[in-house]
Amino acid sequence: MRVVVVLKQVPDLVEEFEIDSDGTDIDREYLTFLLNEFDNHALEEALLIKDATGAAVEVVALDDPDVDQALYTAIAKGADRAVKLVGASGEGWLDTHTRAAAFAAWLGGEGYDLVLTGVQAADDLDGQLAPMLGALLGVPHVSVVVGVEAADGAARVRQEFAGGAVSELDVPLPAVIGVQAARAEPRYAAITKIRQAQQEGGLEQIDIDRPATSSGLTVRRMYPPERSDRAEMLTGTEAEVADKIIALIRDRGLMQG
Amino acid sequence: MSNDVLVVAEHSDSTLTDGTFELIGAARGIADSWGGQVVVVLVGDAALASQVVGADLVVTADAAQLSDYTSEAYESVLAGQIRQREPGAVLISMSTKGLDLAAALSAACGCPLVSYVVGLEVDGETLVATAQIYGGKIMAEVAIESRPAICGVIAGSFPADAGSAAGAANVEAADPPDLATLRTTFVALRTPDAGDVDITAADLLVAVGRGIGSEDDIELVQELADALGAPVAASRPITDAGWLPKSRQVGKSGLKVKPRGYLMFGISGAPEHLEGMRDAELIIACNTDEQAPVFDVAHYGTTLDLFDLLPELTERASG
Repeated sequence: MRVVVVLKQVPDLVEEFEIDSDGTDIDREYLTFLLNEFDNHALEEALLIKDATGAAVEVVALDDPDVDQALYTAIAKGADRAVKLVGASGEGWLDTHTRAAAFAAWLGGEGYDLVLTGVQAADDLDGQLAPMLGALLGVPHVSVVVGVEAADGAARVRQEFAGGAVSELDVPLPAVIGVQAARAEPRYAAITKIRQAQQEGGLEQIDIDRPATSSGLTVRRMYPPERSDRAEMLTGTEAEVADKIIALIRDRGLMQG
Repeated sequence: MSNDVLVVAEHSDSTLTDGTFELIGAARGIADSWGGQVVVVLVGDAALASQVVGADLVVTADAAQLSDYTSEAYESVLAGQIRQREPGAVLISMSTKGLDLAAALSAACGCPLVSYVVGLEVDGETLVATAQIYGGKIMAEVAIESRPAICGVIAGSFPADAGSAAGAANVEAADPPDLATLRTTFVALRTPDAGDVDITAADLLVAVGRGIGSEDDIELVQELADALGAPVAASRPITDAGWLPKSRQVGKSGLKVKPRGYLMFGISGAPEHLEGMRDAELIIACNTDEQAPVFDVAHYGTTLDLFDLLPELTERASG
């Protein structure tokens, strides 16, 4: 069984975001890029499937900022193959429609049983990758998934709904799954193993053409949310702030005794 | 091509969701600008058509294969409706179903999609969506030049009562879609075990998020909660990690709570979490990132380190 995990780098949301001079994109220059956390869960789910069935796990990504680090980390965690598709990305944001077209074209020529990717990403303004890939490849897709068990050409998939209800579905393979959370916390890779993977250089680089597609959207402007209703900030030492918070709770009659 | 606006209805337990009425209200504004109609597509339970108000037409699709949700069956109905009616816009909630369907419909029908929509307006004839991206840190104003434009709308972005205006809609059945070739099979729906504390019933909640850093330190939050006589609630990363049970999760994929007081420690305020608690009467947030979106919904905030603040609070609450 071949399990392909599609990875994407996104800006670290902890950082401060600035808008570029055109006012239509974020300024990427000083941002740190990390693996989309949902993609990390997708990778973990794939590795759990490998642990259980001996499936081959392959990771694939476009030429996103600092993507080599994510691909080598995946190898260090147990991925059997890492592929970087070069040629689709330019400067700045790349829409999901173009990403999906690039991955669909590559996957179509590869043969795969299961494609896993994160349920969403912080910048997928024009939609989520998994359903788009499913539609382009003409295979079943399920998103918001919290568990995949695959064997013998089929997968039992757990799809989560509001309030924690979970629907169990059977899908024949091949299929595309959008992972919300893996069955276990994503594993860590030892730094030494990541370095070893980097030194061995087992990253396959494949040149592709930029797909002739687009999101069909025109971003008129980007801006930070208006902050008219910002919280009143409590200042002072820990003791002073604690006093203020306790007073607020007490005033509302929310303290027992 | 019509000027109609299609709304994808959602229902659970034989009731249309609030989100459906939010979408109907938003659709009405657009349809009035364009001179079109509001058409609600109701998949799975045609009997719920009587609950729809504020729309011009309800199109129902009811079949054995549609009684339980699968993306494949729903897509078959919705793609059929989009192709047949060629609406100007399609509104769908960014729930599990929306995350499953919207992007697939965009690819299958070749129409543009904007996700995370919190605002919609018509500029000339062009639909302009405002979307919340990068975890709520950035707003994007996006013009959608071609039609139909699919919009994935975040719950709570539009008032539900605007879509609840009196006036029953006409009802018609959709042309039966081809459901003979479905590959996905529904097996069972499992609801979470009751038995743990019910956080939706508490007056005061102490909520913890990723900023706590480790499972061992949950204890610090639990101590404050115990001293206050309040249950501990959590954001998604904490329950995903198994540090607290799923029954404590607040947010889009967890529970919606409306306590009189909500104390937050180490929660940055991703839209998915805020969706579950923004109506709390008193929200106090502790997060070291001054720019964190949580301070947009909190009434009071502090950027002190939660590890310094928690013991001080516990001491006072125990006193």
